[in-house]
Amino acid sequence: MSEAVSFQKRAARRRWFLLTPALVVLLLAASGPLLIVVIYSFLTPGDYGGVVWEFSPNAWFSVVLERDFFTEQLGFADAHLSILWRSVKLSLMTAALTFALGFPTAYFIATRPAHKRDFWMLLIMIPFWTNLLIRTFAIMELIRAEGTVNSFLLWTGVINEPIQMLFTEFAILLGMSYVYLPLMVLPIYASMERFDFSLVEAGYDLYGSRWRVLRRVIFPLVKPGVIAGSILVFVPSLGAYVAPRVLGGGKQLMLGNLIELQFGAGRNWPVGAALSLTLLLIVTVALMFYVRAAGNEEGPGHG
Amino acid sequence: MIEIDRVTKIFTGRGAPFKALDDVSVTIRENEFFTLLGPSGCGKTTLLRVIAGFEAPTKGQVTLEGKDLVALPPHKRPVNTVFQSYALFPHMTVAQNIGFGLEMQDRPKAEVKKTVDEMLDLVRMTEMADRKTSEISGGQQQRVALARALAPRPRVLLLDEPLSALDFKLRKDMQIELKRLQSETGITFIFVTHDQEEALTMSDRIAVMNAGEIRQIGGPRDIYDHPAERFVADFIGDTNFLTVDLEAVEGEGATVRFASGEALQVRAPESGATTGKVTLAIRPEHASLTAPEGAVLRGVLENIVYFGTDTHYHITLDAGDRFVLREQNQPDQTQARSIGDAVGVHVPVSVGQVLRD
Repeated sequence: MSEAVSFQKRAARRRWFLLTPALVVLLLAASGPLLIVVIYSFLTPGDYGGVVWEFSPNAWFSVVLERDFFTEQLGFADAHLSILWRSVKLSLMTAALTFALGFPTAYFIATRPAHKRDFWMLLIMIPFWTNLLIRTFAIMELIRAEGTVNSFLLWTGVINEPIQMLFTEFAILLGMSYVYLPLMVLPIYASMERFDFSLVEAGYDLYGSRWRVLRRVIFPLVKPGVIAGSILVFVPSLGAYVAPRVLGGGKQLMLGNLIELQFGAGRNWPVGAALSLTLLLIVTVALMFYVRAAGNEEGPGHG
Repeated sequence: MIEIDRVTKIFTGRGAPFKALDDVSVTIRENEFFTLLGPSGCGKTTLLRVIAGFEAPTKGQVTLEGKDLVALPPHKRPVNTVFQSYALFPHMTVAQNIGFGLEMQDRPKAEVKKTVDEMLDLVRMTEMADRKTSEISGGQQQRVALARALAPRPRVLLLDEPLSALDFKLRKDMQIELKRLQSETGITFIFVTHDQEEALTMSDRIAVMNAGEIRQIGGPRDIYDHPAERFVADFIGDTNFLTVDLEAVEGEGATVRFASGEALQVRAPESGATTGKVTLAIRPEHASLTAPEGAVLRGVLENIVYFGTDTHYHITLDAGDRFVLREQNQPDQTQARSIGDAVGVHVPVSVGQVLRD
């Protein structure tokens, strides 16, 4: 008996020992930095960046509130709130746009003959191998006033003067959608590849039109892929930095830029930390809602 | 009534074009249990898919009660399919699966529910109504697939080897069940199988297919007793093939002479019989062992194989051909023959069938 117990104990100890690398990584790479961010958000900013070890809730206040410079009256921090709202809005739009483009793309690839699918996936992946900045500047080149699109439209006479596309929210949306499209296509494609297309035939056979088969048969079954894709696109969009910086031209800030500003020129690390945690909070809440809503959609029911 | 009129289907993909259906014509009657029988790759499933609308024929016409089907997309054809893999919707319950076709037809909710309940009852799955399709057995999935295809009351039900995934015992039960459903619903069934026994037990008529062509159409008895050609005789059941001299043809009958010099009355092929060397088919159970003297075929007993219900006798004929003969066993029968015996084979009049070449 006691021998068996001690053997079990030893086995348990060995398991913990084998888990050490994972635990160290989790502690150092995930929990540790996060803890530092949490602590920093409750400290006082140093004069030249960094923090002074003095407790202060001010950083958290200034995430959504601000004290009027003259009257000292508390009010909502309009600048922060509008940036917050723009981030959420553009990220949702990016997820929607990449879905609208990515779903048909994934469907197209998944319905090609097996030996041709790799080729199409390669085409999706190739831009991904290029530097993010290069791709963003490429978009910039396309949509700037003297850029490819405007030049072409001017040349054909569709427009008389260039359309202002660069430095607008549209530009950011376009840039993020382009950059994150593969993140939507990949998971949808993965679930479509496992999808049994004889179910589509069964749907057609049972009087389902193309649209209804798509909605009632294909979509519910590839929904896990769509959810995964939406999350993969939404989360990095929310914290996007490069696209709003390059394509928004510093006028259309998003959360990522605001955070960078606090750590950089703003020299207010605690506010930066608080904003980072706000971002984390938004993502967590959004994901919880989304996953729950998506999971309940096709509930059980008769007929 | 479904009329398939000179339908040809050629698949062009990578490699050489493949002719899956070659000028196939067949008329399937109202309320008939019609079977397409043939080896894999013979085109039977392609023909089914052409009727369902999943494949467009390269040439030819398909009409249902005089109306052209080819122009209609699958979801507008009053034809439903039971798929080989069942293709049940995994995200729906049994009841939702069965109701799917009715819902797509925008039938009123109350009617959908009523029909679903009837169908559940018809296939004896009422208790399983709210189960997910992954939570029921293969035989039950099969019944749900049937109910789902029958629920919208199609004019024609297409069944693509629906029993091939079931084990032997279940298959036997489902064969009877299918026959029952067909007579209860009065729907025309077109059944695809490569299993000759399944075809013989269930069908009103069978079309035997090979290499994209229909080789023979007829009732099970017709096909078995009077195969038109070597492929059909060989594919369905066991057959002895003998080369004989055709001496005379009178209507359905014919006289042939064996190498042994004996003559025998047999059945002539339906058309194109010419005198000279022909192939004669004799089923093993249609012949019997007899004494060598005066028998139409004589030879030496090579092997005796006991099968429980019957015994197979392998004989090498004097002319060198091999002949297998099957006799029903009786209780407590003692084996009167032994290997090496000289034996004769008795073939009753009008049992042998001369094959079209």
